Amino acid sequence: MQDFSAAFGHALALLVALDPDLMEVVGLSLKVSLTAVLCAGAIGFPLGAGLAVARFPGRNALVTLVNALMGLPPVVVGLLVYLSLSNAGPLGPLALLYTPTAMVIAQAILVIPIIAALTRQTIEDLRIEYDEQLRVMGVGPLHKVATLLWDGRYSLLTALLAGFGRAIAEVGAVLIVGGNINHVTRVMTTTIALETSKGNLALALGLGFILLAIAIGVNAVAMGLRATAVRSAYA
Amino acid sequence: MTRRIFLSLAVALFGAAAIGAGAAMPASADQPFIVVQSTTSTQNSGLLDYMLPIFTKKTGIEVRVVAVGTGQAIKNAMNGDGDVLLVHAKPAEEKFVAAGHGVSRHDVMYNDFVIVGPSEDPAGIGGGHDAVAALQKIAESKSIFASRGDDSGTNKKEMRLWKAAGIDPMQASGTWYRETGSGMGATLNTAAGMNAYTLTDRATWISFNNKGNLKIQVEGDDQLFNQYGVILVNPKKHPNVKAKLGQAFIDWLLSPEGQTVIASYKMDGQQLFFPNAAPTS
Amino acid sequence: MARPTPTAARGKQVILPLVGEGIVVARGGRKLLDDIDVEIDGHGLTTILGPNGAGKTLLLRVLAGLLTADRGRVLWAGRRPDRTRFPHLGFVFQRPILLRRSARANVRYAVRAAGRSRAESRRRAARALAEAGLDHLSDAPARVLSGGEQRRLAIARALAVEPEVLFLDEPCANLDPASMAAVEGMIEQARTHGTRIVLVSHDIAQARRLSDEIAFLHRGRIVEHGTVHSFFTAPQSAAAEAFLAGRIPL
Repeated sequence: MQDFSAAFGHALALLVALDPDLMEVVGLSLKVSLTAVLCAGAIGFPLGAGLAVARFPGRNALVTLVNALMGLPPVVVGLLVYLSLSNAGPLGPLALLYTPTAMVIAQAILVIPIIAALTRQTIEDLRIEYDEQLRVMGVGPLHKVATLLWDGRYSLLTALLAGFGRAIAEVGAVLIVGGNINHVTRVMTTTIALETSKGNLALALGLGFILLAIAIGVNAVAMGLRATAVRSAYA
Repeated sequence: MTRRIFLSLAVALFGAAAIGAGAAMPASADQPFIVVQSTTSTQNSGLLDYMLPIFTKKTGIEVRVVAVGTGQAIKNAMNGDGDVLLVHAKPAEEKFVAAGHGVSRHDVMYNDFVIVGPSEDPAGIGGGHDAVAALQKIAESKSIFASRGDDSGTNKKEMRLWKAAGIDPMQASGTWYRETGSGMGATLNTAAGMNAYTLTDRATWISFNNKGNLKIQVEGDDQLFNQYGVILVNPKKHPNVKAKLGQAFIDWLLSPEGQTVIASYKMDGQQLFFPNAAPTS
Repeated sequence: MARPTPTAARGKQVILPLVGEGIVVARGGRKLLDDIDVEIDGHGLTTILGPNGAGKTLLLRVLAGLLTADRGRVLWAGRRPDRTRFPHLGFVFQRPILLRRSARANVRYAVRAAGRSRAESRRRAARALAEAGLDHLSDAPARVLSGGEQRRLAIARALAVEPEVLFLDEPCANLDPASMAAVEGMIEQARTHGTRIVLVSHDIAQARRLSDEIAFLHRGRIVEHGTVHSFFTAPQSAAAEAFLAGRIPL
């Protein structure tokens, strides 16, 4: 039990002092996960929208696959990306292993299915609702997709936030492809793992509280968005 | 209005990410660096955090340490994902060099292992200096023993001791012999939680902050000697290896200066690592 | 400031004459629309009248090009309907489908989809909303408007593109009298302005108020098609007679 109060104390002390190591680690976590989510959005939004709107043989199988990939274990993704980026692997010459870029790649891969699946669901529901009205206004297919994406903006933003939550909380992928190198690829989750392995449980828990605060913050923003959307009947 | 809010939000996020991505990229263009594949126990002892800045200050070469299990470190080095290998598993290291993955192997330093266990000492090994005898007593009394079970240097040492004791602990795996499949710190956490005996290197033990009810029961046996070796990954096999920079690091480790730095690292007033490189003529 | 005249008045017709030939729509072995021939041309307002389930909405959708008949064909100005000509018509669904944007943005969207410039869309939207009495709600989210306001908005949106033909499906269903009066006012104004109007209704009194022409639909067949005067004074079919007399036309 004393670990909990010690943990609070640790977290508070580090935050109040704006401990530079802590700031560095939090900063890198945010940078990596934000970048990963934006990349995932750039790929996931059109992928999801395309799946929602297009009809082709094998579409249902693809939709099922994307839904299933939401449950990709981070450590498996990490392993696959490591094998690709390793000097013994196909993308070795890119020298991306053990860099934040590798971490962004791994997290983006993890998050793309989430964003694509949520986008598909949102856009498909909207399409069913809007289809006839857009058709009777003579709206072409590309314009239709753009309209659906914009009108679904609140749900899509929520999907982004869900992706961010997944990215910032995972440790399996970034640990393998980043190597948890001090001042280079060490993020919050890998620091927590490291401090735990050193037996510094109170410090690890303190960092955990900070990570939790970020996750709660993100969720609060998501809920605020939903409330705004519902208020304008944009949900 | 909403559109403007969304657009500005999107721009802000993209901007932040772009800046972040730029800043997050290591300043590789500025400072030369090498990647050293080493073990979690070496990392957790704090030696590297103490020693590497001294090297970097002297040579301007940044050292990036990937600390994983011994097996993973060796595998990574075999894949060419590191420039230098620094582990403590001599037979595996020699095999590594013999297979052509490394240029040559050099002794760097040693530390020692200790057997820790619950203060109640159900196996009655406390105060002893004979590791093999201690393990026999643990097996006889079926006292809980936590093993790393991860093919690390520590684990390999543990298995050699069991063999010398004439015992196959795998038969008892899952009963009094518990394989955690984890690093040293995680295994110590587990041992503390299970009130179990375990084999650990002294360095990790001293710096470990969750000892719980455990204390050192057996130490000082020659068989508990833990030798570290350093190897340059073979640039002929992996052209990406920074041979010159890596060799500079190895040379420094083996030099009188490097060896002195190793010896000067203390924790709780105790010296943890004992340099024993062959004198460079 | 002279108001631009609708396409029809300008003499460039792309939808009229609106012709349906031998239209059949069948579902589950039953004919919902049974061999319908109809022609809509000229000026004014045609009401497709009939009891519920007669096939009125179905016929409207087929004529507007939203649905392809199983047999027979629809011709717009002599050619089959195609996507490029949709911006020349307006269609108001029974339950208005509004985008998740402001009232003004909804109208602007339709105008832009019809190929007009951004400035033009702003102008037309402002005028359409003013004429519908909705300009005080221009920036309100369209979907929080009341039922009557949403209906007026949907009609304003359809009219903002200056359509050649306006299709309306039960425009006053579920509306209170005040909203109904406002909606009928908008329809009447569009008719005077020269827009050809085809509306579906089961409301006899409304048909009498608004129409120039009645097409009476009974069990998937047009059993009467003529001027409003001739329909109400001298119905030709038993079904129409029963309907007008307030009996259930079986």
